[in-house]
Amino acid sequence: MSIEVLAAGPMLTIQDGGRKGLRCFGVSNAGPMDGPAMSLANALCGNSPEAAALEFASTGGHFSTTRPVRFAVTGGDCDIHIADRRVLPGESHRLNPGETLKIGAMRDTVWGYIAFSGGISVPPALGSRATHLRSGLGGLEGRALRTGDILPLDEDEAADRCLRTASHLPANVGGPIRIVLGPQDNYFAPETIASLTETEFTVTPQRDRMAMVLGGAELPAARGHDIVSDATVPGSIQVPGSCQPIVLMAESQTTGGYPKIATVISADLPRLAQMPIGRRFRFAVVSRDEGETIWLAHTRALRAALADLQVKPEGLLTSEYLLSCNLIGGIFAPEERGAE
Amino acid sequence: MIPTFLPCGDSALVIELGDRIDADVNARVISLAAAVEAAAIPGVVEIVPSYRSVLVRYDPEIIRGRELEERLADLSEHLEVSGAQARSWNIPVVYGGEVGQDLEEIAAMKGLSPEELIALHAGGEYRVFMIGFAPGFAYLGGLPAILHTPRLQKPRQSVPAGAIGIGGQQGSVNSVAGPSGWRFIGWTPIRVFDPARKIPFLLQAGDRVSFVPIDPETGERLAARAAAGETVIEPEEAA
Repeated sequence: MSIEVLAAGPMLTIQDGGRKGLRCFGVSNAGPMDGPAMSLANALCGNSPEAAALEFASTGGHFSTTRPVRFAVTGGDCDIHIADRRVLPGESHRLNPGETLKIGAMRDTVWGYIAFSGGISVPPALGSRATHLRSGLGGLEGRALRTGDILPLDEDEAADRCLRTASHLPANVGGPIRIVLGPQDNYFAPETIASLTETEFTVTPQRDRMAMVLGGAELPAARGHDIVSDATVPGSIQVPGSCQPIVLMAESQTTGGYPKIATVISADLPRLAQMPIGRRFRFAVVSRDEGETIWLAHTRALRAALADLQVKPEGLLTSEYLLSCNLIGGIFAPEERGAE
Repeated sequence: MIPTFLPCGDSALVIELGDRIDADVNARVISLAAAVEAAAIPGVVEIVPSYRSVLVRYDPEIIRGRELEERLADLSEHLEVSGAQARSWNIPVVYGGEVGQDLEEIAAMKGLSPEELIALHAGGEYRVFMIGFAPGFAYLGGLPAILHTPRLQKPRQSVPAGAIGIGGQQGSVNSVAGPSGWRFIGWTPIRVFDPARKIPFLLQAGDRVSFVPIDPETGERLAARAAAGETVIEPEEAA
């Protein structure tokens, strides 16, 4: 009962809901860069939203299985093939022993997720299977996966059926990345705070699961770029002496010695994570209260989407028919929803 | 200093009790973190004390930041600072050698013999100001002033777990192997972090630490016991 990695994409890691309550011991949460996308992949396979699944950066890889499983790929649009048959992201499919699953490059996003029915069952470390690359914790030996790795699967106890989404996920909306100012916005002059929202920033190649360095306006700290180290959270926007903002992500360190001008709201952090290198965007300031209200709406919408998955009818239509349908960008016309 | 509340996004806030490294401020921080923990406020999901502030993460579906701030302001107003819970550790150290490769250079910089440096370092009384940066990594205050030494210009790529370090005015016991710009004067067979052990983290903020010189043979013997998953040393509960 396992999945074999026949070819590993870059930064292919095992993730789950992440470690909780251990930041006071210096332990990062880890977990997915795009939590809603991973929850959806799991739900499509009948798993709990925080079951262990695979996360990849840009390109997935090739996989095979020792028992019949259902799998789903989420995070964005990409080419997925079972043998030579093309299948779609955002819904679950069957993979049988002897077949090869090939997952290609993400088109307009960065982080992809592959869930398998039952979930990956490597032993948890500090209460979680999430891989924390920096400290070598969790996942498989605390590292990114390689060709030849064998991933054990848990018993698949969910109903044996394939699912697809009925509605779009809330993370897919555009617009600025919203931030709450602080905790150290008082280290910056008013005109610097203004340039945070009045100019565009760019996603640079200096990015990983720990942090994203942004290009654009320099943000000099009038009171200096050193503080007595304090606690950070994913979403903290640190500004070191280079004056280039750094957004801390899923695998962030727990404390830091740079002033933090603002914090990206929880609802928008996955959207920032999914921006490809070179993407330009703006920040917009919201109050803490507004940020909380956005989060509550976002969480409700995600729960509703996960509760509203539809069972795919099977054996009615051929894959040739499906390929003839005009399924651009994963958007389904209503009359095609029941098809496969 | 009156506690200052700082927003930290939509699901965390910071209570700042000071702006410098100070044992009294840190004692208040640790007492406040303990008080928040004991208050068991519904919706509080995580409490992270650091040098001079406490970060509280919350679930806005259960409690909103504004209401939480009121609860925390009330707690900090009635805060009783007590160091009585502090634990005290005697950490054995093999000074010098391959891991402690900077011992002689630092001694020479300070005009000390290596033996004098060891006596000064082991004679210090240290306080764990915070755990951060890496799992179980303890920032220690109390390094004797003469031993304050700037970090290296170019960090070393790999320093082993257990290395005993000096970074500026702070001391450390390295918890995981990794890159570091600190300088190292010895190693301890104690594993301050072992994810496979029943108690993965040895130290916590507020603990007292002393260093006890041991010879390399004793170090190897203790290291073998630590490798088998033993904690090897026990803390003394300070009166």
